[in-house]
This record gives sequence, structure tokens and C-alpha cells, in this order.
Amino acid sequence: MNTIPFEAHVRIQTSISTIDLHGDINAFTDADLNQAYTEAEANSPDRILLNFSDVSYINSIGIALIVGLLTRARSSNKELAVYGLSDHYIEIFKITRLAEYMEIYPDEASALQTSN
Amino acid sequence: MSWIKNIRTRKSSVNMAGPLSHDHREKPITTTAATEIAIPSDDPLLTYIHQNRGAFEVDKLQLDSFMLRKLKDARVHLSVPLISQGELIGLLNLGPRLSEADYSTHDRRLLNNLSTQAAPALRVAQLAHQQQVQARERERMDNELRVARVIQQTLLPKQVPTLPGWNMAAYWQPARAVSGDFYDFINFPDGKVAMIAGDVTDKGVPAALMMATTRSILRVVAEGLVAPGEVLAEANNRLCPDIPPHMFITCLYALLDPASGLVRYANAGHNPPYKCAGEEIVEMRARGMPLGLMPDMTYEEKEIVIEPGENVVIYSDGLTEAHDPQGEMFGFSRLRQVLAAPHCGEELIHCMTNALRDFTGPDWEQEDDVTFVTLERLPAYYLSKQRTLARFTLPSHPGNERDAMEMVAEAVKPLGLPPMRLERLKTAVAEATMNAMEHGNKYRFELPVEIVVGLHNHNLYVTIRDHGGGKEMDEPADPDLEAKLAGLQSPRGWGLFLIKKMVDEVNVSSDQYHHTVELVMYLNREE
Repeated sequence: MNTIPFEAHVRIQTSISTIDLHGDINAFTDADLNQAYTEAEANSPDRILLNFSDVSYINSIGIALIVGLLTRARSSNKELAVYGLSDHYIEIFKITRLAEYMEIYPDEASALQTSN
Repeated sequence: MSWIKNIRTRKSSVNMAGPLSHDHREKPITTTAATEIAIPSDDPLLTYIHQNRGAFEVDKLQLDSFMLRKLKDARVHLSVPLISQGELIGLLNLGPRLSEADYSTHDRRLLNNLSTQAAPALRVAQLAHQQQVQARERERMDNELRVARVIQQTLLPKQVPTLPGWNMAAYWQPARAVSGDFYDFINFPDGKVAMIAGDVTDKGVPAALMMATTRSILRVVAEGLVAPGEVLAEANNRLCPDIPPHMFITCLYALLDPASGLVRYANAGHNPPYKCAGEEIVEMRARGMPLGLMPDMTYEEKEIVIEPGENVVIYSDGLTEAHDPQGEMFGFSRLRQVLAAPHCGEELIHCMTNALRDFTGPDWEQEDDVTFVTLERLPAYYLSKQRTLARFTLPSHPGNERDAMEMVAEAVKPLGLPPMRLERLKTAVAEATMNAMEHGNKYRFELPVEIVVGLHNHNLYVTIRDHGGGKEMDEPADPDLEAKLAGLQSPRGWGLFLIKKMVDEVNVSSDQYHHTVELVMYLNREE
């Protein structure tokens, strides 16, 4: 099997939390991803960034999990944004219309710049 | 045990007796020193206990009883039977009181009360222990089967050779018990392909291990020797020294030259393959003893040419010996009928598997693995229009969709697809494979997903086939993101939608047994 195990690390700054994602986003990711989101929420940030730079595979279940995170963010009026997606997954975010609800940035710098 | 202490005995023990059975076999009694003593089931003491039920003084009983003598030898003074649901399940044995006095009526009453409490508790403990032993035994057997099955599946080819102008396919349906069916393909540098099929007698892990050995030996021997008869003879000599006495292996070795259609073959006791030319069926017979019986055997070698439009079928006993609900065997004549019939519009292998399933019915108790390998030489007009790039199967295990993605990507490398199109194809394949494994095969490990990658009329086709046939196919609506965000729809349900967006065409079809998703990518488009 080629699956890369999932890991999530949370970096908390004032008013922004970043979740660095590593590995594949699929059915096995559910618990860890949501746990990381809970941590990211802890300091009541205005924005939560998802860093996909080290993610090479997101399947439809992964999309469902991201929809779940978006739902959580909207329920607490937080902005959810992403960066580090490959071109292929940017296309998928557009096709699924997630891109209409989440800003997609090419990298961390541009994502953070908008906060100022 | 506090009761015993209060009575101040120097020594006490609880002996366990097995429940009396009706067939008068001897039953062992274990002492605290864990020695087993066999007590005859017609021992008079047992009868006494059943009649009198209460505690008894060992010295006061006059019985010609082996059991009583053993109790006396063990210096037991008072014995309290533990009876649960009419069965003697143990004895609470007490040695002499420290005061050397006899046990009083009061003592006995106490002990009898104790025994009515202790007996059921002991019974429960015995039953729990028995269940544990049985569960461990079941688990051990399950594990053994699982190990054997994993060995078997790991060694069967996942990919079938793709030869221009030929259609090669393999089908393997395991039975509950692990038997020793195997098949293998060897690609040689000169373009020839060896097709091997075999069957190890015996079942379980030993058979699976023998299959692994045989497969390895055949591969090594085939590297050096070309002639099928010589390959089998050499393999036989290498197997004989180490094979257990009751085991042997039937094996067919056929060497195909795809350019000319010539097949050279030798057979070590396996079912002779059939060659079909329209309605004419020919048995490909070659004499030879199964492998592993005796060293220094010779194997007859024969040749046959497969012309365009003709087929060869290699099959195992599991096919011809399959029973229908009335107990009739599938048999050879039925097999020949199926082969002679005009194609059911599908590939030969699917016609055969459908015929088998129609025959055995849905509740088939399969006793033996069913294996077949089909080789079809495509009629001339197919050559320019159609080509299979890859054909492989994967067990239905979560995560295997990743392997499917990579194998398809590998297969289409020669096409030089632009990176974005390749990524889309990979995503579509992964999603379709996940659906096949989850919804079609319910993640049952023994039900594989079959994937074929082919070119036809300048289009790329990837078919993903699962065993979820016979169901109505509903066309789910496109996922509604707003509804999902509002919690009105499950966040899931993106798979089919993504597939449709990633490729140019999606064709879904279903028959009684299978469900097939065909992904089509047009190749003459400009990106």
C-alpha cells in the first residue's frame, strides 16, 4: 500500500492558527484532523489556515472532512483559508466549489499578508 | 476459603472432576499437585455421591472404589461434593482437623451450604475456561487460514501480461478452505510468455507453503531451460527431496510465442487445457506424473498453434467439480459446451464465470478454489483498433485505491499524457476503485477489483469492475455544498461527482454479478 500516514501540527499565533498537514487526507485522517482543528480553535483565532504543502493525496473522503472543518469554522464565525495546494487540488477545490468558501493562497507568506 | 480456615484443617483441596458423560469413558481428576488420575465412570463412589449428595466421611464409607482409595491415599477425611444442575463437577476435600476431632454435624451443615454456593460458581468458571480454550482454538485456526490465504494471494500474479493481438485473463475464486491452486506468468526477454497453472494436494498453510516453493522453483528453472518438458522434469527433481510424503503438485506449463501463436506445453497431471476454434474443441493432452512423487520423471511435450480467433482455456478441478443445488457436477461436457457457444458479447473469461455462477446458484458451498486462465488470439481486424495496456486485480482493502492509481499511471506512461490530465485520470481511478471496493465488494478481502486499461479508437479506457452486480443502479444527485454546510446533507458523496468531472466520459453498467465503471479519456484533444 502506498498510503502516507497523516500528521497534523498546529501553530498558534495571535488571531491566526495554522494547521500544517502532512501525508494523505483520507478516511483514516478524521480523528487527527478534527483534533488538530480543536487545538487550532483554542485561542479563539479569527482565521485558521490549512497548510497543504506536504499533502500529495486528498480523496473524496478527505474532501468530506474538509467540508466538515468548513462547517465548524462557519459555525463559530471563523475564516478558513488554505495554502500549499498543488494545481490539481486547486482545480478540485474549484470543482467542488470549496474555493468559493475558502481563500486559496499559493504560500504562507501571501496567506499571512492578508491578515495585516 | 475462610470457611475452611475456621474449621482449622491442616490441609484442604478442591478437586475437579469432569461432568459424567453417558458413554462411560474414564474421567480424570486433578489434585492440587496437578496430577491427573483417571477415574472409571462406573466407580461406585460416583453412584453413592449422586444418591446421597451431602458431605461424606472418607474413612466411614465401605465401597470398593478406586476413587475412594485415592481420596484415602491423599489423606482426605471429609469430602464435599460440588454438584451443579445434577452434575458432579468437583469435590471440596478436607484433611484432618487440626484438633484431630471429627467433623461435627454443624461443620457438615456449613460445608453443605458452602457447596451449594460454590458448585454453580465453579461450574461457571469451568464453562468460561472451556469457552476460552475453544475461542483460542478457533482463533488459531482462523489465523492459520488467514496466513495461508495471505501467502496464496501474495504469490498470485496481480498483473496479467498484455500482448498486442492477444487477450489474456485470469480468474481466481477462493473457497473457504485454503487449497493450493496457483497460476503464474513468466515474461521472457525474447517476448515469449510462460503460462503456468497448478494445484497442490492438501489444504491450509502446508499447501500454501508448498505452492510458494513450487512457484519459486519453476521460475528459477524456467530462467535456464526453455523446453516445457525439461522445465517440469527439473522442477520435479528439485521438489522431490523436500516434499512431505503425502503431498504432490499437478502442474501445467505452456510456453506461448505471441508472434507466431505457437504454444509448446507439458503437463504434470493437471487438467488438460482446451483449445477452441469456433465450435471445435480440442483437448491439449500431454503425459506426465504430478510433481513431487518420484524423481527422474520425463514429461511429454506437445505443440499447438493458436490462430486468430481461437482460444485456450486452462482451468482447475474446482470448476469441473463445482456442484449445483441438486448435486450435479459442472463437468467437462458442460465446460466444452460453454466454450463452443458463441461469445456472450463479453470476453471469454466473463462468459465462463457467468456460466459457473448460473450453474451453482447463489448459495453455492464452494469446496475448492476455482482458477482459470484464458488466452484469446484476437481476430485480425481488432489489431489496429484495440490494445490492452494493463490488466490487474486488487483485493478490496482500504488504501488499495492508491496502488490502483499508481499502476494505471504506470500503464499509461507510454502515452505521454500531460501532467494535469494524468492527475485527473489518477483521481478518477482512485475514486472509482474506492467505490468498487466499498460499495461493490463491501471491503471483502476475497472479492477483488479488476482494472483493465486499454486503447480503442484513439481513446483511453479504464474499466473498474467489482462484484456488486444484480442491484439497481441509482444515479445520485450532484453534491450540494450549501446543503452540506448547513448540515442538511452528509458531508460525503463527492466520489462519483469527482469522477465525472475528471474524465471525458463515464459509462456505468451492471449485470447479475458485476458492476463496471468505464472511464474514458479522449486522446486526440489538445490540452
